[in-house]
Amino acid sequence: MRVGFDTSALKDTKWYELAVRFVFGGAITAITGMLASRYGPVFGGLFLAFPALFPASATLLEKHEREKKRKAGISSTTRGREAAALDARGAAIGSIGLVGFALIAWKVLPMSSGAIALFAALVGWTTISVLIWRLRRHRLFLRKGHAGTASHAPVSSKGD
Amino acid sequence: MQTLFRFIIGGLVVSLFAAFADALKPKSFAGLFAAAPSVAIGTLGLTILSEGKLFAATEARSMIFGALALFFYSMAAIRLMVRYKLNAAPAAFSAIAVWMICAMGVWYALLR
Repeated sequence: MRVGFDTSALKDTKWYELAVRFVFGGAITAITGMLASRYGPVFGGLFLAFPALFPASATLLEKHEREKKRKAGISSTTRGREAAALDARGAAIGSIGLVGFALIAWKVLPMSSGAIALFAALVGWTTISVLIWRLRRHRLFLRKGHAGTASHAPVSSKGD
Repeated sequence: MQTLFRFIIGGLVVSLFAAFADALKPKSFAGLFAAAPSVAIGTLGLTILSEGKLFAATEARSMIFGALALFFYSMAAIRLMVRYKLNAAPAAFSAIAVWMICAMGVWYALLR
């Protein structure tokens, strides 16, 4: 399946779901700033990769999948959990990209403008994450079906 | 005041990444954005403005270990959901203990 946009998915997002993400993201950014001010950048920097977004996004994803199944008259909760596990597998790949982001930011920041360094780091994160995701889809990286692929699993990385 | 500003900027950047991920297909690809550098971009951007580039670079160096901890966090969350059949919320929140142990362990052993 090709990567693409489906803007209709945004219509399913409710205002309180956006609010939860806003509060989670805002809170961890504010807390990271306070930790860096109080305990220094070495300690505060660890929290730049705190799992701020995943708990909210996985919970909402599971809820959406469960609601879809319930509307279809199916009461099983397996699908939602498997979709969330698939999201976690994406997060595992994205976290490797995040190592690249941090490495680039660390090395480039002292020698160029902040905007250029952050842009280069973002390009690095995107490149590494997408590359690993594509390699995994071609079964060259990571064990196939590590997450969300129980024998009965309807959610797969090929078919979603 | 600066904390409130960080809260608003961080919330906006994270919401933007989340909305982008919602619209992406397939789901396995959208999952990458659960580990997007949204908090890092917001925080580092504001840190560069307030504390300077070298302070931000030091934060970025520590972030390398935070990101490795995030990898182990994600693997723990997968295991809790797939093997132990936990729902997303309890799995995602209890796996934060794995992130804390990894990140604090590295800080105590190497960075302190």
